[in-house]
Amino acid sequence: MSKDLVVLTDISRTYQKGKEKVEVLHKLDLTIEEGDFLALMGPSGSGKTTLLNMLGGLDKPTSGSVRVGNDELQNMSSSALSRWRANNIGFIFQFYNLLPVLTAQKNVELPLLLTNLNGKERARRAATALSIVGLEDRANHYPRELSGGQEQRVAIARAIVSDPNLLLCDEPTGDLDRETADEILQLLQALNRDHNKTIVMVTHDAQAAEYAKHVLHMDKGTLATEVAA
Amino acid sequence: MKYLYLVWKSLWRKKVRTILTILSVFIAFLLFGLLSALNQVFGGSADLANAQRLVTLDKISIINSLPSAYLQRIESVAGVERVAHASWFGGYYQDPKNQFAQFAVDPERYLGVYPEVLVAEEQRDRWMRTRDSVLVGRDLMEAFEWSVGDRIPMYSSIWTNKSGGQVWDFEIAGVFDSDDPRGNTQLMLIQYDYFDEGRAFGNGTMGWFILSIDGAGNAAEIANAVDTQFANSPNQTKTSTEAAFAESFISQYGNIALIISLILTAVFFTILLVSGNTMAQSVRERIPELAVLKTLGFQDKGVLGIVLAESTFVMLIGGGLGLGVAVLIVNVLGLVPLPGFYLDGAALMQGGVYILLAGLLAGIFPAIRAMRLTIIDALSRA
Repeated sequence: MSKDLVVLTDISRTYQKGKEKVEVLHKLDLTIEEGDFLALMGPSGSGKTTLLNMLGGLDKPTSGSVRVGNDELQNMSSSALSRWRANNIGFIFQFYNLLPVLTAQKNVELPLLLTNLNGKERARRAATALSIVGLEDRANHYPRELSGGQEQRVAIARAIVSDPNLLLCDEPTGDLDRETADEILQLLQALNRDHNKTIVMVTHDAQAAEYAKHVLHMDKGTLATEVAA
Repeated sequence: MKYLYLVWKSLWRKKVRTILTILSVFIAFLLFGLLSALNQVFGGSADLANAQRLVTLDKISIINSLPSAYLQRIESVAGVERVAHASWFGGYYQDPKNQFAQFAVDPERYLGVYPEVLVAEEQRDRWMRTRDSVLVGRDLMEAFEWSVGDRIPMYSSIWTNKSGGQVWDFEIAGVFDSDDPRGNTQLMLIQYDYFDEGRAFGNGTMGWFILSIDGAGNAAEIANAVDTQFANSPNQTKTSTEAAFAESFISQYGNIALIISLILTAVFFTILLVSGNTMAQSVRERIPELAVLKTLGFQDKGVLGIVLAESTFVMLIGGGLGLGVAVLIVNVLGLVPLPGFYLDGAALMQGGVYILLAGLLAGIFPAIRAMRLTIIDALSRA
């Protein structure tokens, strides 16, 4: 029986825009089981990315609680959240966000700089992560020398290199053609299936959402419906 | 150390911009090195002055000579251990452009008062034995490519010799060095007896006296005792420490140290603006990348450190090269033939401190901006 990895309780998030208060998330409850692959869909401004940021400790709720594993995020300091992210979360962005001055290998090693591993061990683990995403032969290439799909694979290798439980993907195929997008989604599916990574993916693409085990629709800061994938 | 690679690679993100910034820092610190060495030329003689040496000269002007009879009277003052004398020859070699200092001195007395003047014993004996010989400083020997034994004509613009001419012929008996690399070895020492007997006027006078005393603490008392002796004579004296003498001599050129400081301040201020602007631009361009680092778990302080390290690296490379080339030009190759033109350890240390300070100051504001980046806002700029 799977246990709950993420529990969001009565989450609200309000931003001040000039004199106006904008509520992006409204009294939202959500539980995500360990090993789940969840797709979050919804129109722009529905609160998908804000919710993803909450799960990754990049943003805090105005009210309510965010528990990931055994950690209550809403009370953590900024530096404690940084440490927590380094150990527990892997981020995958729409535009890959690789450092252009570093090779694929060194980009993947970046999260390991925050550990006590020596250079040799960092290199070994980065090479393993690159081989999981099928890019071991591109280790010494710079991002400008890679295709979009390859860059996203490097970003995925970077997300998994420190072996986090939770992968947060913000439109991971939004900048890719259909064929490449499918390859990336299959890779995410394999990470979920074979490596038991819990994945939360924000997407506008219904075809991409089909790769997930569950699909949640959001609208105006609340969860609208749950659709079986 | 594990972040060094990241800092280094980030530094070369825009190669041309980084190289140009490093070049500007290089020029600034090369200038710093050369001006520091120049400062030594003017201020170095005061620094090198021996606290146990006094200088007695005419109270009215250094160009007035004093009677040679003063020598014994000064020697008799309590606390005075040795007395040497020197007279300005005021000559040049072959061309009026070839000006350098020449003093007519008593060899034994002079070397006794200036133990820092180093000369081989054999050459020293040869100088003392040969009346028309001179002892020449190492830098001067090299500048004119002279050798020991050469005969050289010196034209004196002050002293006519008894044959009515102004050209004096000397033999080089030896070469001297200084025990301090900043010491003046662009100097020629002539035998006083030969000079005094040969000159057509002014015989029996001496330019100034150098007194070696028994303790720096007695300097004021001894100086007063010397000057009191000649208080009612036609040639009153003024005695001061060698450092005070050197400083008053230097002050004739104006406040060189202040001028150099002002130039360096302007240079550093410019460099801070240039490097600060480069770093600010670099951070502005990398906001999404810095946000990614924070997303991955890098602490705010870590990001601050990375940006500060980058700006310090630029300064270390440019400043280190600048100071290195200055040492090469000044100390190793000796390309600037000025007495005392030397870059000492204190100046290099000061340069090192300025490099670190400039690195930190140029990087601090961009680094604080990077530290304060909000991840969500910064990522939205990707």
